[in-house]
Amino acid sequence: MSGRTLLRLGGGLLSLAAFLVAWKLLVLLTDTPEYILPAPEVVIDRGVRAIGSGVLWEHVGATVLEIVLGFGLGAATAIAVGVALGKSVVIERVLSPYLVAAQAVPILALAPLLDIWFGGGLFARVLVCALIVFFPIAIATMVGIRSADPLLREMLLSLGATPGQVTTRLEIPSALPVIFGGLRVGVTLSVIGAVVAEWVSASTGLGVLINIADQGLFDTPLMFVALAALAIIGLAFYSLVVMVERRLVHPA
Amino acid sequence: MSGVRRSFGTGETRVVALEALDLEVAAGSFTAIIGPNGCGKSTLLRLAAGLLTPDAGTVLIGQERDAAPPRAGDGRVGLAFQQPRLVPWLTTVENVALPLALAGASAAERDRRAETALQRVGIQRALRLRPAELSGGMAQRAGLARALIGDPPLLLLDEPFSALDALTREAFDTELQRLWLGQPRTVVLVTHSVSEAVRLADRILVMTARPGAVARIVEVDLPRPRPVLSGDPAAARVDRAVREALAEVHPPELSPWTDGEDAEEVPA
Repeated sequence: MSGRTLLRLGGGLLSLAAFLVAWKLLVLLTDTPEYILPAPEVVIDRGVRAIGSGVLWEHVGATVLEIVLGFGLGAATAIAVGVALGKSVVIERVLSPYLVAAQAVPILALAPLLDIWFGGGLFARVLVCALIVFFPIAIATMVGIRSADPLLREMLLSLGATPGQVTTRLEIPSALPVIFGGLRVGVTLSVIGAVVAEWVSASTGLGVLINIADQGLFDTPLMFVALAALAIIGLAFYSLVVMVERRLVHPA
Repeated sequence: MSGVRRSFGTGETRVVALEALDLEVAAGSFTAIIGPNGCGKSTLLRLAAGLLTPDAGTVLIGQERDAAPPRAGDGRVGLAFQQPRLVPWLTTVENVALPLALAGASAAERDRRAETALQRVGIQRALRLRPAELSGGMAQRAGLARALIGDPPLLLLDEPFSALDALTREAFDTELQRLWLGQPRTVVLVTHSVSEAVRLADRILVMTARPGAVARIVEVDLPRPRPVLSGDPAAARVDRAVREALAEVHPPELSPWTDGEDAEEVPA
């Protein structure tokens, strides 16, 4: 491990420790009861028990599955639509009002509708997830495609490149940094999408766990465990996107 | 080319770039085109490369019966630009072999021919570098190698040296002449530099501006290979003839050639 990695790891641990200490102090100094803000060690203890009993894994597994499928589906269609939007001003004019309108309607209001249409199964939840990640990725792709250097485009055309070749050899590679900006935003949104969908209708998932802990068990520490799990999942997926980005995007 | 017209835009903002342009370029000859900015030089090259089609008139490439309108990528034309226009994430070899890759050639063939083309322009050491790591001259050579890789019978050069410093440019001119003498192909060079045109070309076309057309033709009958021609009396006569033609064709305030000795400072 290089000194730099060590330093970064140390910095991360230090900031986590500072966060936990501040949390503990807040609980101590304000004397807040546990059902409003449990102390960190109470949450950790609850988390260990939830992991031990296997309850947490079940819910994490359901949520992660929704995120993977929803983000995958949403990102793939968003990139395809984004390329079309970027390549054709006509398509952009025709489609963009619908895209913006769909994005402006809160996902919380759409989720029950999708639930009715698609029968309340996994597919409906995946769709909610896909819908929430779609917009930022599609827009990023469109902007990225348009940013391709027109001089390079003319050069490729002079070599007899087909429109498809211009897209694969120039437009998509030059759009990649911007597309990954959209993917970073999208992947964090997909966590929100999964929880919202679970809230509407599901039997497992971290969104469900929060609901149970809140209304069924009055178990505030368990709610915090679920929130921490969501945060960790979000961070993990975000880091994954950044890793893929480092692999694919050439330093200019 | 005969009777070629090409305009851009519509209504008030319409600009006629070329009007009633007739131009015949003999196979194996070296032609230089000179004129101020906006005289349609670049439009002319793009018509010849098949990147634009004329509004009126015909553009044909080839001899007699085989003559046909140019089509981008048909292998008959190589085009090198003012900026090298290399793809930033590809290596030099990949950039030079791009025409072959688009046509679906195998990796082995691409590498082999790209290396030959790079040897020809003298930068075989830069094979695996990316454009950001190349000097301006090397990048320009790579651009030239890309235009030459398919061995096109017609090579079009759109001010390919104007972004280079004067010394690199002279060296480049020398090499271009060597390449051409080694394998004479039809070359059309657009340039702002009278001295470069006199050194390289068999024939210099002086163009009028908006709408562009060929105003004067100056024949350059000097022995080859030509060294840097400063001080050569015969070259000086041709040089003067070109500058006079330019001064005649263009109003003095538009023409930097009437007062200066050389036109190399003219911005692109």
